[in-house]
Amino acid sequence: MRVERVISDENDSFPVGMRVLAVDDDPTCLLLLETLLTKCKYNVTTTSQAITALKMLRENKNKFDLVISDVHMPDMDGFKLLELVGLEMDLPVIMLSANGDTKLVMKGITHGACDYLLKPVRIEELQNIWQHVIRRKKFDRKDQDGSGSQDKPYIDSSEAAGLGNVDQNGKFNKKRKDQNEDEDEERDENGHDNEDLSTQKKPRVVWSVELHRKFVAAVNQLGVEKAVPKKILELMNVENLTRENVASHLQKFRLYLKRISCVANQQANMAAALGSVDSTHLRMGTMNGLGNFHTLAGPDQIHNAAFRSFQHSGVLRRLNTPAGVGISGLPSSGLVQLSPVQNLGNTSTYQRKLQSFVIPGNHNANILQGMPMSLEFDQLQNNRAASHVGQFPSVDNTTVLPVSSISGSLIDAGCSNSPLLGVTSNSLLLEGSSQLPTLHASNLRDSVSGFPNRSTLSDFTSIAPASNQLHGSKADIQDQAFPISCNAGKIISSAPQDWNAPKKDAPYQSNVPSCSINSLRAVNGDMAQLGQCLDQNNPIFNRNVGFDFVDPLSIKCSEGENLAMEPSVIEKEGYLMVQPSRQGIYIPDNEGENFAMEPSVIEKEGYLIVQPRRQGSYIPGNLGSLEDLASAMTKQDHDKGKPTDGDFGYNDYSLRTCI
Amino acid sequence: MERNPMRRQLASMRKSLFDQGYLDEQFMELEQLLDDANPNFVEEVVTLYYRDSARLILNLDRALERRPLDFSKLDGLMHQFKGSSSSIGAKKVKAESTLFREYCKSGNAEGCMRTFQQLKKEYATLRKKLETYFQLARQIGPMESANRPK
Repeated sequence: MRVERVISDENDSFPVGMRVLAVDDDPTCLLLLETLLTKCKYNVTTTSQAITALKMLRENKNKFDLVISDVHMPDMDGFKLLELVGLEMDLPVIMLSANGDTKLVMKGITHGACDYLLKPVRIEELQNIWQHVIRRKKFDRKDQDGSGSQDKPYIDSSEAAGLGNVDQNGKFNKKRKDQNEDEDEERDENGHDNEDLSTQKKPRVVWSVELHRKFVAAVNQLGVEKAVPKKILELMNVENLTRENVASHLQKFRLYLKRISCVANQQANMAAALGSVDSTHLRMGTMNGLGNFHTLAGPDQIHNAAFRSFQHSGVLRRLNTPAGVGISGLPSSGLVQLSPVQNLGNTSTYQRKLQSFVIPGNHNANILQGMPMSLEFDQLQNNRAASHVGQFPSVDNTTVLPVSSISGSLIDAGCSNSPLLGVTSNSLLLEGSSQLPTLHASNLRDSVSGFPNRSTLSDFTSIAPASNQLHGSKADIQDQAFPISCNAGKIISSAPQDWNAPKKDAPYQSNVPSCSINSLRAVNGDMAQLGQCLDQNNPIFNRNVGFDFVDPLSIKCSEGENLAMEPSVIEKEGYLMVQPSRQGIYIPDNEGENFAMEPSVIEKEGYLIVQPRRQGSYIPGNLGSLEDLASAMTKQDHDKGKPTDGDFGYNDYSLRTCI
Repeated sequence: MERNPMRRQLASMRKSLFDQGYLDEQFMELEQLLDDANPNFVEEVVTLYYRDSARLILNLDRALERRPLDFSKLDGLMHQFKGSSSSIGAKKVKAESTLFREYCKSGNAEGCMRTFQQLKKEYATLRKKLETYFQLARQIGPMESANRPK
């Protein structure tokens, strides 16, 4: 129980004392807002930075009832924050802006804002914002079970750090009697949790990163389109989670996926998380199968070949499964956009794009920035899909999100920016959750064959998106995988350097790697060898080991540098991580970019994180032949013998699974 | 009492600010927030506004010196400035910002520069007037301020 909640006078005299978190970079407006809110008798906390706000919210989910945020902020896009908050904490968020364009308002709505106010804001408007809190609670309650009795606070609190907090969550959900901390831990109760709950009021469930990751994993496993709450619930095996919780979350996730996929579709490049060098986000559009491969093939013939072959691979099909291949998951911030596989073809851009594939969820928008990720990816990817990873460079807040959210796109993380992979899970979450979720689940499943144990979803958020992206990108990945494999190392190691940071966000990274891996596989044709390399790695991926995404090994994706990708896929936490171990495989991309990417895929938390490690090896022979790459990789693999987890269920998907 | 003429003066000053279009209803909203706990709230906000917006003005100046002009950046900066200005009810300043943004959108460099000069003028004028206003208000006393007619 939340003690804090108990004392809060919320229950007694709500809306008096309602705890609001106000975020606005403009001090004048912030002061005004604070005063107005105080006048309404709310309990106000202010901050001028979105990142700080997120931190505060994450520290204690139950600390706030409502968030009001400006749209235009320097450190992070307001919409991104909105998504993250919605996904992670499930708190109502009100957007604030001086700009009342219909488009912006619509954007706010699609991102989940429960209201959109124009500046200067009047006190009358603020006097009624408490309705959003009540509404959400009621809705959640109803959602869960109809037993509404409980009031809010419980729910949020789950400090759900991940599944670990399930207990807490369980508490809230409390199916059985009142929420007690001693909710049974048994997970197996999942299934019937719902049923039990009906009578109890269910506190609102907080979808922590861990939880979300699990969710995405489950969805991926079932197939985004076929995922039904009941089954997801069973798969997730989380206590005190009701079917209704899952249902509403699934709904949000699907919306998110849809949103991403729309964006992704536009992006021809589906940089399978390879992290295009460019900051452009890897956009992984719905992976319509290998369609993108073709596009990817663009600049690089080899890649093309790879892709082509990729297309054939069944993997691609998988990719398509996810509803709309949401991989574009990152779309929201535009960071990670998985452009439909078809887009992969955009050769020129693709290459660059890859980088961002895995956009590190970190709120450090910079995460992506640093990542040239997907050096190789770019080439292959051609898609902007790589936005995720690549996004970093352009990361400006938004990017951050993509990464995390884009679980799918992570794959591109070619850029070592950990951010991508780890992408602040938040971002991924956001991205992923909304849209990717479905994708994600399936993606995850597909991609990571061995993913079954997705560890807590905490990173899920990041993964989720990534997964989705992966998923979606699966197709892309496949295609992209090629690039990845071609790049030998381009593997999505988006191992964002910042991974460390984002760690908690969820190793988005994995996403990236997985993508690459998959693609590698896909490359059956030319890359056969490469695929092998990957395969080796894949096993790693398949493991859903919750990997703690290790800080992305400084994926040094730098354009122009040899891509040093060490494919070592480490599956952690269910994330498929391809970790290129030592030697960088230089995959000459046609564009002449050499990414020094050490793709080391570390699967963390179920994310496929490809962390490009040191750079350096130049893979002889132009990429022109994937074989070279493949062999290079293979060699590496052999040499390295990396894959930490041996059981990669290396399958076509395995690579993808990161997410 | 000697306060009366001052109060009258204050009231008329205030009225003219509104009549002449320097301030809009938002300023009144701010005034409504004055209370015992925040007797100088309006002044505080305005002071904060001028302090913070000085930075924006500086950035805008710099951005306008570059060639070629980066309209999207200018637009972004002005958007922020507009948000602040509207929060205190600076009507004329806000109008100039809107105009400036229009010029940005249409890529009219000359229009932007011209408008910006005008904006700075209005901004400075308002500042002076408000400073005088607050000075007088302080002389009269916080209670008076709080009881200012709306």
